[in-house]
Amino acid sequence: MPILIAPDARIIVQGMTGKAGTFYTRLAMEYGYGDTGGYVAGVTPDKGGSTHLGLPMFDTVREAVAETTPTASIIMVPAPVAADAMLEAIEAAIPTVVCVTERIPVLDMVRVRDALRGSETALVGPNSQGILIPGARKIGVMSTADAAPGDIGIAARSASLTSEVVARLGAAGLGQSTTVGIGGDPIHGIGFAQCLALYRDDPHTSAVVLIGELGGVEEEEAADFLAAEPYGKPVVALLVGRHAPEDRRMGHAGTVSVLGSGSIAQKTALLESTGVRIAATPDDVVRALG
Amino acid sequence: MYLHEAHAKDLLARYDIPLPEGQIARSPEEAADYATALGGPVAVKALIHAGGRGLAGGVHIAQTPREARDHAAAMIGTSLVTAQTRSKGEIVHEVYIERALDFSRSLYLSLIIDQRRAVPILLAAAEGGTYLEEYAAAAPAMIQKYPLAADGSHNPAALATFLDMLGVPESHSEAVLTIIESLIRAFIDSDATLIEVNPLALLKDGTATAIDAKIILDDNALFRHPDLAAYGDTARADAVETLAQQNEINFVRMDGEIGLVVNGAGLGLATHDMVIEAGGRPANFMDIRTMATAQQIATGIGLLLDDPGVRVLLVNVHGGGMTTCDRISDALVLAMKGRKNPAPVIFRVAGQNAAEARAAVEALSARCMIPGDMTEAVRLAVTEVAQCPS
Repeated sequence: MPILIAPDARIIVQGMTGKAGTFYTRLAMEYGYGDTGGYVAGVTPDKGGSTHLGLPMFDTVREAVAETTPTASIIMVPAPVAADAMLEAIEAAIPTVVCVTERIPVLDMVRVRDALRGSETALVGPNSQGILIPGARKIGVMSTADAAPGDIGIAARSASLTSEVVARLGAAGLGQSTTVGIGGDPIHGIGFAQCLALYRDDPHTSAVVLIGELGGVEEEEAADFLAAEPYGKPVVALLVGRHAPEDRRMGHAGTVSVLGSGSIAQKTALLESTGVRIAATPDDVVRALG
Repeated sequence: MYLHEAHAKDLLARYDIPLPEGQIARSPEEAADYATALGGPVAVKALIHAGGRGLAGGVHIAQTPREARDHAAAMIGTSLVTAQTRSKGEIVHEVYIERALDFSRSLYLSLIIDQRRAVPILLAAAEGGTYLEEYAAAAPAMIQKYPLAADGSHNPAALATFLDMLGVPESHSEAVLTIIESLIRAFIDSDATLIEVNPLALLKDGTATAIDAKIILDDNALFRHPDLAAYGDTARADAVETLAQQNEINFVRMDGEIGLVVNGAGLGLATHDMVIEAGGRPANFMDIRTMATAQQIATGIGLLLDDPGVRVLLVNVHGGGMTTCDRISDALVLAMKGRKNPAPVIFRVAGQNAAEARAAVEALSARCMIPGDMTEAVRLAVTEVAQCPS
């Protein structure tokens, strides 16, 4: 079983008619099982009533919801309008929303996170490769060449490293229950801690791989979560950025010391103290899984 | 985008935040003239796009115009290295000449985004000044946090209590509150990710003045602030990094010999770690964005091939989506075209269309090695540099 979406998820695309939207929607429709891979509609203002890639188009998310009852949406619109697209999906109470768009203003994401408080929507991203249920549903833009169904759950801040890890798992005969890209932006939707909670409660996931990097607070929050009570499943964390150039540091040392430095050394120590096995390179992940 | 002090103060002045009188001087003579016009002691400050100047000799007090001229002459045209610049520092092109104020008490104030709470947050300390960062590293509790609502709104009475608990004297609480309100407006209006005032001087007459200011604007939001984008100093930006950006490639220049061609920030960081731990030195950090065309990637590879310091090229790409492996090999073929004695290439690809890409690279006349995995690729690159000393 996957997390965040069901294997029979019904998906709409916000921003399906653009170049990237068309390219990735076609790939995702071909990947998922069923005639349209689970895709049921597209939303682009002023395209309502037409069809694209054989799917009905709507002007608004609300209309698409009324006509096609989706359980998930993927957003592939340009950055300046991405926050509004997310807010529209949250307001329409779509259970799972994936945003692929990168370079969204951070204060826009502050606004989106505010709208998520008390809502029923789980937001994945932005700047995320999306969610993959190998063999069933692709709500994203990730490589699928090496993915296979199985019992490893992945949550990652990096799409390219997810592909690397999936390829190595595949070579070792290990498939994935779900892969989730939580996104590379400082303010985003669900994080490692929520993914860990979902994987813990998923009977078909037997181990979890987190793919983290320097900066931010995701690894720290994962450590807080794991320290609270025994997890019951092996967790491996691949952490990169040990040697990232410090001379590109911006901001304020005082700020950093108050809000956490986000260094790999700190993240490693925190996660190790909760029993997480650390992998230093993609090659180490399979070995760390044991 | 980092605003140097003069630009940061220009922005704060739009919000009526009290500032000492000051002016940008581009020569020692201008520095002396402005000091004369201000009368009395002045501060002479190096205008660079980084903090930490006070401890690095980038800020001086001049009692006379002649001293102002001498300080300006000593700084303009030289490189200033601070804890927050790159190791080679930043060349000082201009100095800021500002009336030096007499004060005995000051505060530290800043606004940033709290990643855990996903809201703007006010940070404040009862003692501002040059050494704050060092003190705070040792005793983080001296900086107090006050989270705001997502839109910057807050309860003024609660904020007043926070400042009182912090130790802001009652004589200055109203002035400080007004300044904080203005800073919050500036932060939200201009899509800042950091506004810092350190020190905020508390003057004898009950007013407060921002002695130094630092602002970082969100690059991703500049599209809606064309007026603020004008603060950017494109002339001083790294030409190679700028050209790469224009070609959908995130590129950070470094000092090593191994040129990295990588897609994805995470894989870029991982490759970087592995090269350093194998004893190599990266010439750059590269993250090819998904929308980059073969022609654009070729431009990025060309930047490395053009660099005489780059002795070997390490390609490490996981193909998928629009960035298929054969797009990378197409780019490499394009970049190699017409070059005599290009640097040898370690070509490691995996994922979509990897076999086609390897075949295309094998057909190249340049010296290319095609390793089986990342570890082997990194080892080959490091060995190659060791065997061919420059």
